[in-house]
Amino acid sequence: MKETAYKFEDKIAAWHIGIALVALFLGTWFGPLQALEHAGINLYRFLAPGIQSYYQGLTLHAVLNALVWTTFFITGFFTYIFPRSLKRNLRYPRLSTVALVLMAVGLVMAAIPLLLNLATVLYTFYPPMKAHPLFYIGLTLVVVGSWVVGYNLYFTYGAWRKENPGVRTPFLAFAALITMVMWQIATLGVAAEMLGLLIPWSLGLVQGTDPQLARTFFWFTGHPLVYFWLLPAYVSWYGMMPKQAGGKLFSDSLARLAFWLFLLLSVPLGFHHQYVDPGVPAGWKFIHAVLTYGVAFPSLMTAFTVVASLETGGRARGGKGLFGWIFKLPWGDPSYAAQNLAMILFALGGISGLTNASYNVNLVVHNTTWVSGHLHLTVGTAVTLTFMGITYWLLPKMTGKELWSRKLALAQAWLWFFGMAIMSNGLHLLGLRFAAPRRTMLGAAPYAAAEWTPFLSEAAIGGALLFLSAMFYFINVLATVFASRPLSKPVEMPVAESLTDPKLTPAWLDRWVPWLAGTTVLILLAYGPILVQLISQAQLTSPGFKVW
Amino acid sequence: MSPQVNAPHLEVDVYEKRWLLLSVVLLVLFTLAIGLSSFAYGIQVPSPEQRVNPNTVAQEGPWAQPGLRELAPGKYEAYVLAQIWTFLPNTITVKAGSTVTFYITSKDVQHGFQLEGTNVNLMVLPGQVSKLTATFKQPGEYRFVCHEYCGVGHHTMFGKVVVEP
Ligand code: HEM
Ligand SMILES: [Cu+2]
Ligand SMILES: [Cu+2]
Repeated sequence: MKETAYKFEDKIAAWHIGIALVALFLGTWFGPLQALEHAGINLYRFLAPGIQSYYQGLTLHAVLNALVWTTFFITGFFTYIFPRSLKRNLRYPRLSTVALVLMAVGLVMAAIPLLLNLATVLYTFYPPMKAHPLFYIGLTLVVVGSWVVGYNLYFTYGAWRKENPGVRTPFLAFAALITMVMWQIATLGVAAEMLGLLIPWSLGLVQGTDPQLARTFFWFTGHPLVYFWLLPAYVSWYGMMPKQAGGKLFSDSLARLAFWLFLLLSVPLGFHHQYVDPGVPAGWKFIHAVLTYGVAFPSLMTAFTVVASLETGGRARGGKGLFGWIFKLPWGDPSYAAQNLAMILFALGGISGLTNASYNVNLVVHNTTWVSGHLHLTVGTAVTLTFMGITYWLLPKMTGKELWSRKLALAQAWLWFFGMAIMSNGLHLLGLRFAAPRRTMLGAAPYAAAEWTPFLSEAAIGGALLFLSAMFYFINVLATVFASRPLSKPVEMPVAESLTDPKLTPAWLDRWVPWLAGTTVLILLAYGPILVQLISQAQLTSPGFKVW
Repeated sequence: MSPQVNAPHLEVDVYEKRWLLLSVVLLVLFTLAIGLSSFAYGIQVPSPEQRVNPNTVAQEGPWAQPGLRELAPGKYEAYVLAQIWTFLPNTITVKAGSTVTFYITSKDVQHGFQLEGTNVNLMVLPGQVSKLTATFKQPGEYRFVCHEYCGVGHHTMFGKVVVEP
């Protein structure tokens, strides 16, 4: 029983999500290997010559999980929900095909040097480490393809607006649009880095590069990148989960306001990743620190609105008392449970993130394993486990087949939750107490001290649980797609209604121009002068190095 | 019901208002805390120091002879050159109570420098000089490691400051 109104969109979305799942499948294999290596169990010699070093594996892990899985899932998810939210087909189907081809070709181009050990530069590809040009060109094409996905959403929205003058944009479409616009602005940094510095340099057209300028361009994109991952999870938390919980969105206006604030504040604060960089003045770093606290505000708004929305569900399902409603939430529904668990770990990840962002406090944790502890709670769980939860309704809806095993899915979600809590706790403490460096083959590091062992082992135990969780997930996905029974009743896309009448949402929350203007001004103020300075003083002195 | 109530407006629940107020207060407090600690107590992050040419820095200038320079009794400058996969020098010896200002640069790829038990945590970039200061009150060995991936030997790149009583 498949819907047919959005046949084309669904096919495109299925390609994106299929590629995303393959990337996650391949990428997660390395995670447990890394965790075990830290605990002294080195399995890499069994992978040679296919995978030639810990660092080639780490590059694959981070690129496949943090860049490919996320980006392709997001573009696929939006392609799926956007037309349904507007009840209108995409404006230019061909544009979707172009976008998919660009992204897929880019991915293959980048994958070749990655697999041949010609781009073992991690997912941050800091120069003057020099990868094969195909790596940079491929990644650039993936980004350009994701822009084109966005363009089709804008065109579709424009057409819908003409057909529906004066109608409030449905929340899901509204939030997806803001995410893609934010991404478009944010990726101008990495576009400048690729086109202005890295691609010409890797092709030999210019002899040298400026590492400090490249880092600055990179983090112009690198910080908002985390919001590009997170906002689609928020789309589900605000716009879908309340429905799954049997409740309503607590406040339509504040949900929209939060998204506008993310557009406004996601970009102009990349220096919080560069607090200890030598070439950026401390004053600019401080400005970005304060703006970073600013962007914490919409996340704190989200915490309230989302929990309040879920509470309406718990109460509607008969929950009583201050906390009684929590137990009435649909914990037996794997899609719901996975996302709720993701949310809980995100609260912890948010706290360690605020620590990282706190200017001079960053001196304690910068580039220690604390950071990998943090990012596995955020992109590795808040985002990834939410997306997995989404697939638990989306795959049945797309394929017309029942989820193969709900029990396995529930076990998967809980295992991910505990595995990540354990691994991340070990990594956080190791970084905080002993300054153990991140992205380092710690099992082979001569300076690793005996007192690190309990924490490294803790990380490895977490990693082993996560491995089990990942296997449960992929068994379920494969069995659902290829071996499951037809749906007994059709699956609806969950769309939360608002508790307040959306007609009462003020009109300034549906207007693009002032928010876009504000975003532009803020970026110009927070980045303009210092970028002009760094560009005008650029010294293209660093030749390339291949050090792996 | 008065007509204003039905006109579009931003309605915020009382509990939500309190939560948002609390959030703002918290974030303002955080801002004050980092402002105070950095400007009043001088716990600073690095700022631009000077530019160098990474291709010649190992041959000419202070990093051609990396090591300690004594400015006054108990006051030192340490010129450290990072390269794959060592620090030059990789052992620095001072007396307890000394203050050392580190000047670090790289002649090849990006490196990192974190000195255990202190606030010295730096990115080391070719072409740039990273500077931070530490005072060593307690005798002992303080390990410093490269914390930025710099190639297949990255995990072997470290050194130590030996503080003698
Ligand atoms: C099976 C589950 C996973 C395990 C056991 C795992 C384990 C690890 C470990 C131990 C590291 C640290 C390596 C090092 O610092 O040398 C690492 C790095 C990393 N992981 Fe995972 N991971 C998992 C899933 C994920 C997921 C789902 C994502 C993102 C969507 C992710 C993104 C990353 C990234 C970006 C890095 C590089 C971190 C950095 O630059 O410091 N991981 N992983
Ligand atoms: Cu950030
Ligand atoms: Cu290193």
